[in-house]
Amino acid sequence: MSASLHPFRSHSQPARRIEGVIFWAFRLATYFVLACGLAVFANIFFKGGATVFQARAPFVNFTFLTEAPESLYVFEWQGRKVEMGDREFREFRERNPEAAKVKTESYVYSAGGIFPCIVGTVLLVIGSMAIALLLGVCAAIYLNEYARDGRFIRFVRLAILNLAGVPSIVFGLFGFGMFVIFFGWNVSLLAGWFTLAFMVLPVVITASEESLKAVPRGFREGSLALGATKWQTIRKNVLPYAMPGILTSSILGIARVAGETAPIMFTAAYVVRDKLPWDVERSLDFFFQGVMALPYHIYVVSSKIPQNEYTEKVQYGTAFVFLAIVALIATSSILLRSHLRNRYKW
Amino acid sequence: MEPPAATSPGPAGPASLRRPATAPGATAPTQAGAVPTTHPVIDIENLDFYYGASQALHDISLSIDHHRVTAFIGPSGCGKSTLLRCLNRMNDLIDGTRVGRGRIRVHGVDINQPDVDVIELRKRVGMVFQKSNPFPKSIYENITYGLRLQGVKDKARLDEVVERSLRGAALWEEVKDRLHESGLGLSGGQQQRLCIARAIAVEPEVILMDEPCSALDPVATAKVEELIQDLRSKYCIVIVTHNMQQAARCSDRTAFFYLGRLIEYADTRDIFTNPANPQTEAYVSGRFG
Ligand SMILES: Nc1ncnc2c1ncn2[C@@H]1O[C@H](COP(=O)(O)OP(=O)(O)OP(=O)(O)O)[C@@H](O)[C@H]1O
Ligand SMILES: [Mg+2]
Repeated sequence: MSASLHPFRSHSQPARRIEGVIFWAFRLATYFVLACGLAVFANIFFKGGATVFQARAPFVNFTFLTEAPESLYVFEWQGRKVEMGDREFREFRERNPEAAKVKTESYVYSAGGIFPCIVGTVLLVIGSMAIALLLGVCAAIYLNEYARDGRFIRFVRLAILNLAGVPSIVFGLFGFGMFVIFFGWNVSLLAGWFTLAFMVLPVVITASEESLKAVPRGFREGSLALGATKWQTIRKNVLPYAMPGILTSSILGIARVAGETAPIMFTAAYVVRDKLPWDVERSLDFFFQGVMALPYHIYVVSSKIPQNEYTEKVQYGTAFVFLAIVALIATSSILLRSHLRNRYKW
Repeated sequence: MEPPAATSPGPAGPASLRRPATAPGATAPTQAGAVPTTHPVIDIENLDFYYGASQALHDISLSIDHHRVTAFIGPSGCGKSTLLRCLNRMNDLIDGTRVGRGRIRVHGVDINQPDVDVIELRKRVGMVFQKSNPFPKSIYENITYGLRLQGVKDKARLDEVVERSLRGAALWEEVKDRLHESGLGLSGGQQQRLCIARAIAVEPEVILMDEPCSALDPVATAKVEELIQDLRSKYCIVIVTHNMQQAARCSDRTAFFYLGRLIEYADTRDIFTNPANPQTEAYVSGRFG
C-alpha cells in the first residue's frame, strides 16, 4: 500500500475496529437465527416428506392424506416382513386363516392417514377466526370510532392487553369450565371455536384498531361533511381501507389458532374419532361434535403412545402437513389482502 | 357555465333541517322566488365556543349572505377554522367541544338545538378541506358518494350528476375520459377541484372552504379562484384564507379575526382600502407584529 498523505487516508482507529466487530456480531446473530429456522424446517421437510411423498406414481401418499388413522400390524409372512393397516389385516386373516397364528406386532395410529385431523383443524381455524374477526373488528370499531376516552375505556384496553399475556392452557381450562361444562356444549367444535377465538381476540382487536387508526382522518371528515352518518362513514369509507391491515393481523392469528394444542385438548379435540364431521344425523349436531386436530394428533402420537420408527413417520408426516396447511391458509389471506390493497390505495 | 338551477336557492326551506318528528311544527319563512339578490343565510349571534376549558371564540356576531363570497382572514390560531367548522357542526367530532353562549341560525333555525338533524345540516352546508381529501375510489365514485348515501341508485341520474358537478367544478374536460380511475391519480389542484365537485354534487346551499388553495401552486390556485367566482351565482360561499390577495380578489365580504374575536366585518373593498380598525389595517397591509 502506498502511504499517500491525503487527509482522507484510512488509518486504524478504535472506533473503526469496534464498528467491524459489532457489524460481525449482528451479522452472525442473524445467520444463527436463520440457521435455526432452516434446521427446523429442513428436519420436518425431509422426514415428513418421506411420509407424505413416495417414490412410485402418483408420488403423493394419498392414503396418508385421505384416510383415518389405523393401527399398524407388522409380521413375518412367507419369509417377508409385511406391514398392514387394521382393515387390510382383518381381510387378510379372513383369506388366510393360518395367519391368525402368526406372531404380529401392532402399533396404534401408525397406519392409515390423518384426514380427520386435517378436516378438524381447517374447521377449527375457519370457525374461530370468523368469530374472532367478527367480535374483534366490532370491538375495535367501538373503541376507535365511537367510544370517548375515559376511565372505562382505559380499563377495557388494559384488560385486552392482559388477555394477550394469558397462557393458552388457561384459555383451555376457561373454555372447559365455561363452554364445555357450564353451557353444556360438551367437547365440541363450538366450544373449541369460542375458546380459540378468545385466545386470538386480543391480537385481532389490537391490530384492527391500529389499522383503523391508519386510515386518514380526512376520509372520515370528508364523508361526514357530505351528510353521511357515522356508521355509513365507517362502512363505506373506513373499513374497506382498514381491511388489508386487519387481514394481516388475522394471518398471525391463523397460525396461532391452527397450532395451539392446549386450548382445544379439553374443549374440542378427540384422540380418535371414526366419523367425519359432516357425518351427522341432524345438522345442528355438527356444532356439538368433537373433532380430531393436527396439533393434538402430533401431541398424542409423540407422547401418549409407545415410540418407535413407525410413530415417528406419522409424527413428522403430520407436522409436515400441518405446516403446509398453515402456509396455504396464510397464503390465501395474503392474496385476499393484496387484492383489497390494490383496490383501495392511498 | 351552467345556467342557474331552476329551483329556489333554499330547496326545502329551513323546516327540512329539523328532524322529521318535529318538522311539522316549524313553519318556513319562505323566500320569494329564485332572485339572485342576496339575503342572509347564516346568522351568528354572540357566539362563544370552547375546546374543553379553553375558549376559542369570543362573542362572534356576523351574518353571511347568499350569492356572496365571504372571506375569513386573520393570523394563525385566531379561530377561523373553528368558526367555519361550527357552521356545519364538524366540531361535534372533537371531544369536549361546546358552544357556550350565543347561537348560529341557518335560515332562522338554530343549528345547535337538539331537534336539528346534523346529517341534514351537513347536506345543506357542504365543506371543502384544506388538505384535499379525495377518497381512494374512482372519480365517479367520489362524486356519487353523497348521493349514494341518500339512496340514489338510478344510473342515468348519477351519470348526469357526475357530469354536472365536474363541469361545475371546471374539471369535466380534464377527467371525462378517466372517470373510473382513482381520484388519487389526479394532480393536487385537480384533487381539490374534485373535492369541490363532490361537495356540489349533493346540491348544498352553502359551501365552506378552509384554505382550499394553501397546498396548490399559483396556476391551480387561479383555477380554483375562478371556480369560486363561477359558483357564487348558485351558492353561498365562505372561504378561509391566509392569502390577502386571494381574499381581495375573490370575496365580496371579509371578516377579520384576531385572538378569537371578530375585529371587523365589512365589504372586501372597504377592508382592504379603508379599514375602520387599526388592527385590521396593520394586518391587511402586512404590518402585523
Ligand atoms: N382540536 C382542538 N383542541 C383544542 N384546541 C384547539 C383545537 N383546534 C384548535 N384549537 C385552538 O383553537 C384556536 C383557534 O384555532 P383554529 O384552528 O380555529 O385557528 P385558525 O384561525 O384556523 O388558524 P390557522 O390559520 O393556523 O388555520 C387555537 O388557539 C387553537 O390552538
Ligand atoms: Mg385553520
